Order: sequence, then structure tokens, then C-alpha cells
Amino acid sequence: MATSQRSKKKGSDAQDPNLRTRSATSVTGRPDDHISAGEPTAINQPSLSLIGWARWIWRQLTSMRTALLLLLFLAAAAIPGSLYPQRTADPNGVTTFFQSNPTLAPVLDKFQLFDVYSSAWFSAIYILLFTSLIGCVLPRVAVHYKALMSPPAATPSNLARMPAFQTAKAGAKKRARALDAAFAQLKSQGYRVVRTEDSVAAERGYWRETGNLLFHISLVGVLISVGFGGAYSYSGQRVLVEGDTFVNNLAGYDSFSPGIAFSQNQLTAFSATLNRFDVTYDLKNKTNLGTPLDFAAHVSLRERGASKAKDTVIRVNEPAEIPGAKVYLTGNGYAPVITIHDGKGKIAFSGPVEFLPQDANMTSLGVIKVPDAKPQQFGILSFFYPTAAQLKSKAYTSVYPAPASPLITMNVYEGNLGLDSGIPSNAFSLAVHGLKQLTGGKTNVESIKLRLGESANLPNGLGTVSFDSLRRYAALDVDYNPGQGWVLFFALLSLAGLIMSLVIPRRRVWVKVDQGGIQVAALARGDDPLLERVVTELVTKLNQKPEKTEDEN
Amino acid sequence: MKTAVNLNEALSQWSVLGIYASMLFYAAAFVVLSMDLARAASEKSKIRATAGKLERAGILLMIVAVAFHGIGVLGRGIAAQRVPWANMYEFTITGTLVVTVIFIFAQAFRKDIRYIATFMTAFVTLALGIATSVFYVQVKTLMPALQSYWLLIHVTVAILATAFFNIAAALSITYLFKTAKWVQEPSKKYAKQTWFVALKRVLKLFPEPARLEQTSYRFNIIGFILWSFTLIAGAIWAERAWHRYWGWDTKEVWTFIIWTIYAGYLHANATRGWHGKRSAWLVVIGFGAIMFNFTIVNLYFKGLHVYSGL
Ligand code: HEM
Repeated sequence: MATSQRSKKKGSDAQDPNLRTRSATSVTGRPDDHISAGEPTAINQPSLSLIGWARWIWRQLTSMRTALLLLLFLAAAAIPGSLYPQRTADPNGVTTFFQSNPTLAPVLDKFQLFDVYSSAWFSAIYILLFTSLIGCVLPRVAVHYKALMSPPAATPSNLARMPAFQTAKAGAKKRARALDAAFAQLKSQGYRVVRTEDSVAAERGYWRETGNLLFHISLVGVLISVGFGGAYSYSGQRVLVEGDTFVNNLAGYDSFSPGIAFSQNQLTAFSATLNRFDVTYDLKNKTNLGTPLDFAAHVSLRERGASKAKDTVIRVNEPAEIPGAKVYLTGNGYAPVITIHDGKGKIAFSGPVEFLPQDANMTSLGVIKVPDAKPQQFGILSFFYPTAAQLKSKAYTSVYPAPASPLITMNVYEGNLGLDSGIPSNAFSLAVHGLKQLTGGKTNVESIKLRLGESANLPNGLGTVSFDSLRRYAALDVDYNPGQGWVLFFALLSLAGLIMSLVIPRRRVWVKVDQGGIQVAALARGDDPLLERVVTELVTKLNQKPEKTEDEN
Repeated sequence: MKTAVNLNEALSQWSVLGIYASMLFYAAAFVVLSMDLARAASEKSKIRATAGKLERAGILLMIVAVAFHGIGVLGRGIAAQRVPWANMYEFTITGTLVVTVIFIFAQAFRKDIRYIATFMTAFVTLALGIATSVFYVQVKTLMPALQSYWLLIHVTVAILATAFFNIAAALSITYLFKTAKWVQEPSKKYAKQTWFVALKRVLKLFPEPARLEQTSYRFNIIGFILWSFTLIAGAIWAERAWHRYWGWDTKEVWTFIIWTIYAGYLHANATRGWHGKRSAWLVVIGFGAIMFNFTIVNLYFKGLHVYSGL
């Protein structure tokens, strides 16, 4: 029921006698089940030969229905990636998930649910989809090229069956003029027109199909650029404390993830020194007090061969650009400078310690491991409060993110830190299991408290610790992806094709004269809001007095 | 150096008042428009004859509501000294304003979509109610990651796209009602009951199914073009703010899912056996995904796009 209504209103090609009499694929280049192809024919059964089967499978794969189903499968297949943490986007989330769901997680992992977008099943869907797309589009390119080269389809015999159709009474004189007038009018409106003895056939909107093909082909361009860009890309992270310098080589990174085709000599030679890291807080607005308004990393960049370093400011949304890489600001925090003398009085640790922010007021957590301390190894689990305040419970908290009244508290753990075992350990966590806690918590010994410039004795004769100065650090990301410009190029090309294909009307118009008068009919491919009006306007024009047309000539 | 802004808390309170006033008028418009539908469906022809006037009153109330709504949104923007769409509250008040403005504008051209005004007023009243009660936050400055003109471009286009999809979804839902089997071929059990007779009368007021389908399609293609642009603009912004143009962040995933569903819809329209009801269902699913993306994904899913402000 809906079919007949729609095709009547919208003027689908189903009614086009020129298209209906022949096999649809050969005429339009579109799949058999495209709406323009009319009712299904008997060719849907595969013949039993191998080639017959292959052809049948290929036809199924390149049908509209398959494309549609694959699109919907792709949408559905993308959902789990938003439900479970993904290794690429959120590696810590995956670790946490494994810890809290020890039985479920390995099962999910078997089904690649933590790597959805590189999983076998997700890849299978989009590879099939794009195979279908190429198989679908290439024949259409050939057919469209032929259509561009040939004149509009001849006037069908029965115009009354067209979705837009009007007649006008006309005497012999008017009839004689009508075809010339229609020819001129349609030509001036950008139609391709052919004239025969008793009719004019016109067609416009070839750009609609061109746009559609451009859209689909550009999607292939997007996919290829994504793949090639990903293969040669790299992304490296480095935390840089004020005053420190980073040199762009593999050893300079805290973590590094290369694409599969990455090679080390892609790393352009440059170095970056973090001179200063500034945070601007809102001090004006009560509801907003202490909200950071701006982060600015003042950096000196020195490229290979450059005699002088260049000073730049890197902000969120404003990366520094170096040929072959961009340097982004992705995080920041405090790095108190700590010195520890061990029980023998020797310096066992000295330098800035990067603390991880835990809340909006920059309460931060830091870990210090002192494996070389004599007589005993120990580790420190430590909190930093830029503006410390004491709660009723005696616990400390930070009430403001800027360092107005900085305080460090420390819990000391004695015992083997396990750093010699060869298992890589996380610099930001201390495995307290098997260690003996000496301060804080249930030990009945108060945590060590240090204000800026203070020092304190460690318990059990482990030595002394001092909080010498306070610096900030910036977390920087160095990224390179040679494909992204191409991705953008093809995405925009595809968008242009899409717009062309959706807004340019493709329509055919016919004018025919016979004894009864003038007949005008039009047929659109796809949606065409103006179809009726085009016919009405043409009829009005043909009904007009002839002077006008003569003037124009 | 970025300078600090002066947030105007007093003005933002006035802006909330504007939103409340608009809710009142939207609700009134909804009541009047529902009465209009009820009358049009009435058994007595005398009552039916009065229907048109009520409808005009309803649309007028809606226009007043839009005026207050506009004041509310503008006030919020001036109070914050930036575009008013940086958190869920602001996104909702701005988004619903765009929907109603487009709707009022469109119904000046297309008389027969005015029947969905009842839905639109109900939807907007509900959305504003949730915005003011659940999503509300005081005016705040933007976190540095949001300080970009791409916020303006990306989010403006997303709001516009959502508005077009919204109207299209209302049309497709109407289409599904009109063509539903239980409406077309009612069973004896309820065919004669008053509620069913009234429902049939109301449905008769709406345009023909083919016309509904076609109008929905036209709103959807504009929505789809805008959504494609949202996707591209979002990727450009992500490249600047998060150092990669695409990373399958939860919000990116859902933007992709929505795009793919609507691409499927456009295909369905050209696939034999899939246009009509099935493609109308895809419109409903697509818009459902948009709502899901905006509410559940924003509030409960973990990701970089944490801008709900809650
Ligand atoms: C990545 C996969 C694909 C996407 C995202 C996609 C998307 C779209 C969109 C958005 C449209 C409507 C706009 C327009 O008319 O240009 C469209 C139309 C079309 N697509 Fe695709 N497509 C895909 C794959 C395919 C495949 C595999 C086929 C072949 C079976 C196909 C055949 C067509 C045809 C024939 C039309 C024109 C429909 C009409 O006559 O209105 N597409 N596609």
C-alpha cells in the first residue's frame, strides 16, 4: 500500500516505462532491489554452477538491502565499545574492570570487547560494507558516464501516467510554436533538451548522481586515509617538570604508541624545555572561585639545525607545531622537590616528585621509592595539599587549587620494594602488601607533615626528609599522523557530494503536441518538491502570448 | 593571555525566570492545542466547528512562549559572556528554542505540519522541566578545553541537526500511527469504542501518510547534512583539544552510531520493501539514539566529553 502511494507522490522511477521494460541494473547501474528497479524478477535464483553461485553471492553482497543491513549492523556493533572501557581510549579503565570483574573480564576479552574497533567482527562488518560499496559504485560510474554522454531518454508514449502531468488546449498555430518555446525555456533552465517532430524531451540534475558517486567514493578515500595515517602515526607522552628538557627520541618518552608501520627515523629532531607553567584562576566570580581559566606552558623549542631556541606558549586547544609533529598540553600538576638522607646520612633521593591530582582543588597523590637507602629500603605514600585545611576529623584537605598554604603528609612503608624482581612497576603506585607501615593509618604514629622548606626525621632511624621547593609540571603529548589531512579532505569532499546528491533535483520533462493540444509531464528521481510547479510553470509559459518569445529571439 | 570574565549572576536568575515563563506558556499552548484536537475529534459537529480558533490561540501562545524562551536563552548567554551551550542545562534550553523557532518558521510554509504542534509543545515543556530541575547549574566560565571557536561551530550545528531530526521524528511517529495495522484494520473489540473513534478522527486531521513520510524525509536530509558536518567539525576540534581527530570516545561512538543509523534510513528510502513503515521506524530509532546520547551517555558513560556540568 505504501509503495503505490509513495511512488505516485514522489514519482519514483518505477513508473518510468523506459526503465521498466529492460533489466534495471543495466539501465541505472543500481542494484536490483533499488526502488527504481520495479518488481523483483526471476533472476534471484542462483544457477548451480560455481560461477553461477559466485555471481549470485556477488549480487547479494552488492544489493541495497545488504548495504542497509550492514550499515545497521555497523551501528549496533559500535555500541559495546561505549559500554566497556577500551584499551586504546581508556587503558586504566580496562585494568580496573579486570580487577573488579575477575571472572567476567577474561570472557569479554575473548570476544574482543575491550578492543571493539579493531576486533575481527567489527572489521568484518566494515570490510564487507566497503566491498559492497565498491562493487555497487563502480558499475554506476560506468553507467553514469554513458548517461552523461548520451541525450535524454526519448519521450514515452503515454505521458498521462507520469506523476506530474497537465494538458493545455491549443490551436494549430499555438501548437506549432509550443515546441520551440518549450525547447528554449528548458534549455535556458539548464536542461539537456532534444527535440523531435512532435515532442521535446529534457533532463536535468546529472550532478545529483555525480554527487552521490562522489559521496560514496570519498568514503573509500576516508577509510584508506584513516588506515594509512594510523599505520604511520605515533603518539608519545612525556611529563615535564619546570626547568626540565625533553629530547624527541624514544628514550625521551614516558609512554609511546606507534602505528604498525612506524619507524624511528620518523621522529623529527627537536628538544623542548618547560620554562614555566602558569595557571590563571578565576578570582572575580563567587560561584566560580578557583576554577582554572587558562593553562599556559611556556616552552623553548629548539629544532635540529636551528641556532636559537624559539619561545612559545602551549595551551589546551593551542598545540605547538613542529614540522612532522605537534606538541599538545594534556595535563598538569605539582611536583614538590624532596630530598631524603638515609640512616647513614647519605643522600638517597633528591628531586622533583610528580604528584597526581585527585580532585578539583588539586589534592594530589605521590609516591617516592627509595631502594638505595641504607640500612633499609623504604617507600613513601604521600599527599600534597596546595592550600591545606584541616577537617573536623583531623584529616587534611585542599580548599583551593593554587599553592597558598602548601602541605605534604607522608606515610612511610619499610621493607623490600620488589624493584629488583625485574617486573616493571608503576611509578605512581606503591605495592604496600608485604611492607610494614610505620606512620599514619593504624600505626598510632602520626603521618609526617612538611610545610615548604621544612624537614623531618623519618621513623625507625631511616633518615630525614625535606620539602625544599615547589614546581609544577606539564603533561605533554607529541603526536604525528600523516593521514589526517587526507581524512579531512575526503570527508569534506564526501560532504560536498552528499549535499549535491540530496538537494539537486534530478528530473525529466516532456512536452508533446497532438491533435488535442499540448501535454506536459515530468518525472523525478528521488524526492523533488518542485515537480508539480515545474509543469505548471511550463504550461503557463506555453500559454503566454507569443510576442515575448519573439522579442527574445 | 586570556582575561577573566565577569559572570552576571543576577542576570542569570532573570534568565531562569524567562525560562519558567516560557514553560508556563508552552504548557498552556499544549493544553489549548490538545483541547483543539479533542474538539476536532468530537462527535458533535457544532463543537467540531470551533476547532480552528483554538488552534490559532494555541499557536499564538506558543509564539509568546518562544519569546520568553528567547529572552531566557539570551540572558543566560549575556550573563555568562559566551555562547549559552556549554553544559546540559544550556544545551537543552538553546536546543529546544531552536526546535520551536524552526517549527514555527516551517509551519508558516507548510500548513499541514502544524498538527504536530501538540507534540512539540509537550516535548519542549517536558525538556525544559527536566533542564530546570535536573540539569540546572549556575553560570560558570568555560574549562580551557571548551575555550575554542570550534565549540561555537560544532555545537551550533549539532543543535540545529537535532532540531531537524526532532521534527522529522514527530512526523514519522504520526505516520506510524496512521498506518498501524490496529488503526487501519481495528478488531471488533475496540473498533466502535469512543476512544478509538476519537483517535481515528484526530489521525484524520493529519496529512496523508505519503505526505508525512515525504515531509519527514525532507527534515531528515537537512538533519543528516548538518549531522555529517557536526561529525567533521567535532573531529577537527578533537584534533586540537585532545591531540587526535578520532579516538572512539563514548560521545564519538554515539555520534558515529547516529550517523550510521540515518545513513541506513536514507538507504531504506531507496530500497524496495524498506521504505514506508520500516524507514519510519529507523527515524524513530535514530532520534531515540540522539536522545540517549544526550541524556544517558552524557550523565552515566565515562568519557572525555564530560560537559554536563553536574
Ligand atoms: C559506508 C557505507 C555507506 C554509506 C555510509 C552510505 C550512505 C548513503 C547515503 C547517506 C545516501 C543518501 C545520500 C545520497 O543519495 O547520496 C546513500 C545513497 C545511496 N547509496 Fe549508499 N552508503 C553506503 C554504502 C552503499 C552501498 C554498499 C551501496 C550499494 C549497494 C550503496 C548504494 C546507494 C545508492 C544506490 C544510493 C542512492 C539512493 C537513491 O537513489 O536515493 N551505498 N548512501
